[in-house]
Amino acid sequence: MNALPVLLEAQGVAKHFGGVKALRDVSLTIRKGEIYGLIGPNGAGKTTFFNCMTGLYVPDGGGFLFDGLPLKADAPHQAAERGIARTFQNIRLFGNMSALENVMVGRHVRTHAGVFGAVLRDRRTRDEEAAIARRAEELLHYVGIEDRADDLAKNLSYGDQRRLEIARALATEPKLLCLDEPAAGMNGTETEELRVLIEGIRKDGTTILLIEHDVKLVMGLCDRVAVLDYGALIIEDVPAVVQHDPRVIEAYIGVAA
Amino acid sequence: MSKWLNLRSGLGLALVAAVLIALPFVAGMGGQAWVRILNFAILYAFLALGLNIVVGFAGLLDLGYIAFYAVGAYTWALLASPHFGIHLPFWAILPIGAVLACVAGATLGAPTLKLRGDYLAIVTLGFGEIVRIFMNNLNAPINITNGAQGITMIDPVVVGQFKFSATSTIFGMTVTGPQKYYFLLVLLALFVILVNFRLQHSRIGRAWQAIREDEIAAKAIGINTRNVKLLAFAMGASFGGIAGGIFAAMQGFVSPESFSLIESIMILAMVVLGGMGHIPGVILGAVLLTVLPEALRYAVVPAQKALFGEVLADPESLRMLIFGLALILVMRFRPAGLWPSPERRRELAEKAR
Ligand SMILES: Nc1ncnc2c1ncn2[C@@H]1O[C@H](COP(=O)(O)OP(=O)(O)OP(=O)(O)O)[C@@H](O)[C@H]1O
Ligand SMILES: [Mg+2]
Repeated sequence: MNALPVLLEAQGVAKHFGGVKALRDVSLTIRKGEIYGLIGPNGAGKTTFFNCMTGLYVPDGGGFLFDGLPLKADAPHQAAERGIARTFQNIRLFGNMSALENVMVGRHVRTHAGVFGAVLRDRRTRDEEAAIARRAEELLHYVGIEDRADDLAKNLSYGDQRRLEIARALATEPKLLCLDEPAAGMNGTETEELRVLIEGIRKDGTTILLIEHDVKLVMGLCDRVAVLDYGALIIEDVPAVVQHDPRVIEAYIGVAA
Repeated sequence: MSKWLNLRSGLGLALVAAVLIALPFVAGMGGQAWVRILNFAILYAFLALGLNIVVGFAGLLDLGYIAFYAVGAYTWALLASPHFGIHLPFWAILPIGAVLACVAGATLGAPTLKLRGDYLAIVTLGFGEIVRIFMNNLNAPINITNGAQGITMIDPVVVGQFKFSATSTIFGMTVTGPQKYYFLLVLLALFVILVNFRLQHSRIGRAWQAIREDEIAAKAIGINTRNVKLLAFAMGASFGGIAGGIFAAMQGFVSPESFSLIESIMILAMVVLGGMGHIPGVILGAVLLTVLPEALRYAVVPAQKALFGEVLADPESLRMLIFGLALILVMRFRPAGLWPSPERRRELAEKAR
């Protein structure tokens, strides 16, 4: 595992909100092809870590190296362009657009047609537009909701919305896909389907960073796991080690084991 | 089946074309004033569709849209009038006006588009007023805009020997100046309608809608929200600039008075009243809000004379009263506008539940 090249390196990332230290000097490395788990109790700073990495928050200290180059802070669209895609803990779809359109918007960053192309509708633009629609359909099929293509995103079931968000993220052709609690609110069957989907995505060549509370899912799926507690990274190792680390047990149960 | 449909839409198109061609001549029978009103209806439809790109598509509340119209109008006025003694042809001025308005739009947009909706509204409102005040005061130390007096004797649109301001006989038919402008305006309106339609269903149009729906998600999937918004702003401004140029040429006269805040509000009202983001709705809004007040002007004075024997309320103040009432009624009973897009109507219906 250690032989794999590094994809993302967080270097002493810190973030505070007033007096709350949401992240304290967090350093970790994600390697290409991994499924990397990020866990921790509520309020540990997992989502904040995502937000810093994807440029929605500007870290107060430290930074990220992605694919060997620094990630610009405060530039979410550039993070996507560099190859980081994400989903949101509280699903953020374009509710009044169809499922297909949601994924089509995801192609924005990999396509080029501008205003003149749109107005003139020249050959190149038409071809690109057709390719966007085709790719979007493929992705809906990939996540298994192709029959909901024309439904408005807000009318999809909870589980389908989570899938749609993944399809939209995949449309940006990410090198690193970050999922913020994708199994939240899912039942057993749905979670199992999600597990298969995530493994499939990894097999198709995308590295995955997974925030999840479902410990069974994380331990079964992830190659390595990092644990955050009160904004600090307490351990980063393979699941078997993390599971039995007394600091992790303490963080979750609140007493020293 | 599809052949039948084609035939039907073909017939419909032919009917619309026939009505559009006959309209200025029918209106002309009631006097050229009616043709002028018609022209303004189309000019406002053009403006409203330009603003629709900004407000309806990109969801940016712009209360200073008239400023770009002013830039276009003054560009024409200064480049085609005895004021500076410059007389450029229309094909040079219209693009210059559009580009200048576009630059004005980008200059205003670049620093402000990070602002949230309501703040943006206030900044654009201020910008609109600044432009008007500039036009009002740029007559000293060097006289550029001729201040409040405005600029007169502006050249009409002239194509070769064909003057749009004069009456001439074409194929044995007498065509007046306003009627000629009518056809020019219809062409321009068709162009802006095409642009609106094609933008809406394009990569950029989808990005605008995404930003309107959820700006954070839009950013996270790689849309450069600032640039894409700026694009909408600059495009809307360019159309404002073109409309302003035609306005100056058609009127032969511009003064700062024509570019007051109320005009911005009127155009915005056309977009909102008609059905934000829905192209036919916006056209309807523009036509209604231009034609109805004029019709009122013709009806109100005689009606009052007949009823009370004297004129109690002048048409201008009544116009605002009725306009306000209409706005309230429409927003109360048809909150998505008179003719909203099907999706928008559904959206609001669901919110109300
Ligand atoms: N925008 C913000 N403003 C103020 N405080 C914030 C903000 N975002 C997060 N926090 C605080 O930072 C801390 C970490 O929050 P974060 O959402 O990152 O936790 P989390 O690990 O994702 O938790 P959960 O498992 O509940 O999603 C919390 O104390 C939270 O209240
Ligand atoms: Mg969280």
